[in-house]
Amino acid sequence: MKFSLTWLKDHLETTATVAEICDALNAVGLEVEGVEDPAERLAGFRVAHVLTAARHPDADKLQVLTVDTGEGDPLQVVCGAPNARAGMKGVLGLPGATVPANGMVLRKSAIRGVGSNGMMCSVRELELGEDHDGIIELPDDAPVGTSFADYHGASPVIEVAVTPNRPDCMGVYGIARDLASKGLGTLKPIATPSFSASGACPVEIRTDDPEGCPAFYGRVIKGVTNGASPDWLQQRLKSAGQRPISLLVDLTNYLMLGYGRPAHVYDLAKLSGAMAARRAIDGEQCQALNEKTYTLDASMTVIADESQVHDIAGIMGGEHSGVSETTTDVLLEIAYFDPARIGATGRKLGLASDARTRFERGVDPEFLDAGLDLLTGLIVELAGGSASDVVRAGSPPSNAKVIAFDPALTTRLGGVEVAEAEQKRILESLGFAISGDWQVTCPPRRHDIEGPADLVEEVVRIHGLDKVASVALPRAEGVARPTATPQQKLERGLRRAAAATGLNEAITWSFLPEWAAEHFSSDQPLWVLANPISEDMKAMRPSLLPGLLMAAKRNADRGASGSRLFEIGRRYFRAGNGLSEEKPTLGIVLAGEKAERGWQAGKAKVLDAYDAKALALQLLEAAGAPIQNLMVMGEAGAQFHPGQSATLRLGPKTVLARFGMVHPATLKAFDVDGPIAAVELFLDAIPARKNAAFARPTFAPPALQAVTRDFAFLVPVTLAAGDLVRSVQGADKAVITGVRVFDVFAGAGVPEGHKSLAIEVTLQPGEASFKDADLKALAEKIIAAAAKLGAALRG
Amino acid sequence: MTELELDKQAALAAIADAATLDALEEQRLAALGKKGWVSLALKTLGGMSPDERTAAAPAIQSARAAIADAIEAKKAALEAAELEAQLARETLDLTLPAAAAPKGSVHPVSQVMDELAEIFADLGFAVATGPEIEDDWHNFTALNMDETHPARAMHDTFYFPDRTPEGREILLRTHTSPVQIRSMLDQGAPIRLIAPGRVYRSDSDATHTPMFHQVEGLVVDKDIHLGHLKWTLETFFKAFFEREDIVLRLRPSYFPFTEPSVEVDVGYSTEGGRRVVGGHGDAPGHAWMELGGSGMVNRRVLEFAGIDPDVYQGFAFGLGIDRIAMLKYGMNDLRAFFDGDPRWLAHYGFSPFDQPTLSAGVGAKA
Repeated sequence: MKFSLTWLKDHLETTATVAEICDALNAVGLEVEGVEDPAERLAGFRVAHVLTAARHPDADKLQVLTVDTGEGDPLQVVCGAPNARAGMKGVLGLPGATVPANGMVLRKSAIRGVGSNGMMCSVRELELGEDHDGIIELPDDAPVGTSFADYHGASPVIEVAVTPNRPDCMGVYGIARDLASKGLGTLKPIATPSFSASGACPVEIRTDDPEGCPAFYGRVIKGVTNGASPDWLQQRLKSAGQRPISLLVDLTNYLMLGYGRPAHVYDLAKLSGAMAARRAIDGEQCQALNEKTYTLDASMTVIADESQVHDIAGIMGGEHSGVSETTTDVLLEIAYFDPARIGATGRKLGLASDARTRFERGVDPEFLDAGLDLLTGLIVELAGGSASDVVRAGSPPSNAKVIAFDPALTTRLGGVEVAEAEQKRILESLGFAISGDWQVTCPPRRHDIEGPADLVEEVVRIHGLDKVASVALPRAEGVARPTATPQQKLERGLRRAAAATGLNEAITWSFLPEWAAEHFSSDQPLWVLANPISEDMKAMRPSLLPGLLMAAKRNADRGASGSRLFEIGRRYFRAGNGLSEEKPTLGIVLAGEKAERGWQAGKAKVLDAYDAKALALQLLEAAGAPIQNLMVMGEAGAQFHPGQSATLRLGPKTVLARFGMVHPATLKAFDVDGPIAAVELFLDAIPARKNAAFARPTFAPPALQAVTRDFAFLVPVTLAAGDLVRSVQGADKAVITGVRVFDVFAGAGVPEGHKSLAIEVTLQPGEASFKDADLKALAEKIIAAAAKLGAALRG
Repeated sequence: MTELELDKQAALAAIADAATLDALEEQRLAALGKKGWVSLALKTLGGMSPDERTAAAPAIQSARAAIADAIEAKKAALEAAELEAQLARETLDLTLPAAAAPKGSVHPVSQVMDELAEIFADLGFAVATGPEIEDDWHNFTALNMDETHPARAMHDTFYFPDRTPEGREILLRTHTSPVQIRSMLDQGAPIRLIAPGRVYRSDSDATHTPMFHQVEGLVVDKDIHLGHLKWTLETFFKAFFEREDIVLRLRPSYFPFTEPSVEVDVGYSTEGGRRVVGGHGDAPGHAWMELGGSGMVNRRVLEFAGIDPDVYQGFAFGLGIDRIAMLKYGMNDLRAFFDGDPRWLAHYGFSPFDQPTLSAGVGAKA
């Protein structure tokens, strides 16, 4: 809402400064979004008298004026306006002034060799209108030398944000009421010009939709003259950002902006028969005043005569019966519409208007007759005509809410002590009526007041939130207790573990282009938005990898040598009950070189699936997963290289992680160069540690030194090294504490179809050192265990 | 001078002259070796009478000791010189680069979420979470925004075409407030929690992204009032920005889920083109900046959440995490948060070892 100080002062008797008013507005909850002082914009522009005008010696279209500015000698000014002439009064911009329309700073200059000491201005140059045919002509009585801002009645314009619960402040009068309550001045009564009404209204008015339109009041005024509005009205509307159109239209806007009361004026000549508020017929059309045609349906309320719809009720009038310069007879409409209906209709039609904003939030149901009289009085005063009696169909809701209020609640809920008398004063100044036992009757315009808490808000906001003192929350004794859940601790720890391995944590969008989500989707249907902001943000991610791959691509496109990114976030699936199942996940993408070329290592090192495996295991261990018990299995997913990827499982079904090289087809789909390694940890699958305690199991390092023995086995080339290791570990679980593969070889000396696996076995003696016979027996057990897998000790 | 003395002098001179360990060894063999003249001289003692021996032995023994000591000393000197030469040969150009381990980083949003958790844990707040794909009951209705509420339309909501089994609309949560409802339904009162997380609105420009982060705070207990809300936010901001001159301004506002509703402004000044939180917003060179919405939980919300509003009351607040992260750590472009550019992440991210703690101060300085 924008309004000028002058307009506010129409309703509020006050000596407060603009700054004081703004502070008060903020304090009562009408947030000041800006203050514009036209006096600042018009600084340096003065009322001036053109004394002489002569043809410019070197230019046909220019004149050389001498201009009296009210002080000192007249100034010489070159002017190109055709209407510039001796004797006229206009507006002169002095050197140093800034032209509002274009920001140009005026200077003394020479135009075609003739000195010019300023500029005579047009309406458009001063942003007072569109007219640019010539310079401003002021009346003869304009006082020469006065600042034009003062002469023009320029008044600071304040813009406030009105919260949706306060439609009563969507008019200047309501704002004045809040300020008066705050103590900024006295609220003036509404001044309705007197007029006489006679004769029944010649138009029949009905409401056939009492639900959507409980009340429809009207009145005809005949013999009006529509034309331009007087200056005071134009200035007020302009301060609100409204373009003056014609007197009749401007007055309805004035009623809406000044008093929060939308109304409508129909050209009586364009109506036929009775006017009724009714439901629209499905498919019925209305060309609205914005020149667009809307197709209506039976859920919408309209105002129609016997032949057509003239008003999309409470939202926008129809073009057909809108008033024009030639209008002489009018029907005024003032109605009360169901706020929910107006909102639903507006949303359905995608049609916003100032009237809708007010109706859907709720206008004052007590301001129908008074509003209609005010509008009538203004029209009769300014446009002439004779008014009929009012005709009323239906009645607005009239049940005033009564709230039993305990003034002590203000302290209990608001945390500030306000004397009962002051609470009473505040509420009464806002229009509440209070009985002796604190039964509070609410003004019907305050649709937002539902219960005692709302009254506390009224009292506290007027009394001043700045008077609410800070009070410490009660605190439990002792040191604060830990609050994090195991899942939260897991994620926090994992995040820092991942960053400690040298990965950068990224946050990528939860939504993906549909193709990218589809590429990574499982058998479940994706969550796809009905109204995405763009095609690139449409489907909820079923994996963290696509977002990270897209980031890696962006980075590569920017010339980055690589990306080492991780993200901890959710994957979105569907639960059995149709709701979402959001699974916490850690994703990693490694792109670029593992290590760049160097003076020591020579060539760059290329990423491989073992880099991904190392990260997966390291982070699973950090997450507390039992990594000794994990099985390396396949089925990492179609997005991975089938021969260079795996899953890590706890038991055959519980997949804790997948890792490996990204499939070339996936790289192609994401238009990114490989090789790229990727890891995904499924945090919800990591089992919680049971019986975890601070005390560790008892342990002392073994007293006797461990012994290592190397074995080289010839095995079928298809044998997984992990199988051999596990088998050897099982040969004597008490003694074998470590089995480590240290060489894998195939080629010369190794038979076709075979490879050589060399392992180092760590043997830990218990009570007594190993004797040769013990070691020999262990070696035999190891060889026998390996033999079960077809491994033969290499000679 | 005796012959022995002459030989000794000669040997000592030769030892002193020895340039290498080999030359020194030659001298040792010549004097002290089996066939060395000292050894031979010592052997002669065996054939002497006791008196002769008593007379001759001290000189020979002393010559032997002098030569052995000289050799030992010379050997040590030669070895030291050789080691020195060897070390000189082994000198490296240590201006050559050493292999560097890649440096990782924690995203500022995560860091700030950890800071929030740490500060609020001290005030007795747990961290709660809830689904991001929500239904309209939890996101709107239970927060006192029924189907026709104009505020619903103001939320720029992302919807899915799907419905819950009860026929509720499914959407992306527009705020973290539904976590309030879920937590109250789960735990009842009293309750103290914060709920940080991703939220979504169909809005995109220089300062808005369709996904961003919010933190919700909720306290419900028997005697909680606006003064506690003010204290909590003040206390939080003082701890978060680690400065005592935080001044908050509460302004009446409107949210369907709170009554009274309060907008929270913080005073700041502008230094070097950046907003610096602190000081009174009306002081010279200062202004107010909106930080978030809050208020006393609307009793209808308590009812929806199964809590008796005649017994319990409380406050709730919501803050933008990305925004307070930007204010504290100086980022100026929200969109970069979600870009995954390693240069940005390295610059604005945090060391994994900057785990926020109260004892060290939750913030991490650059």
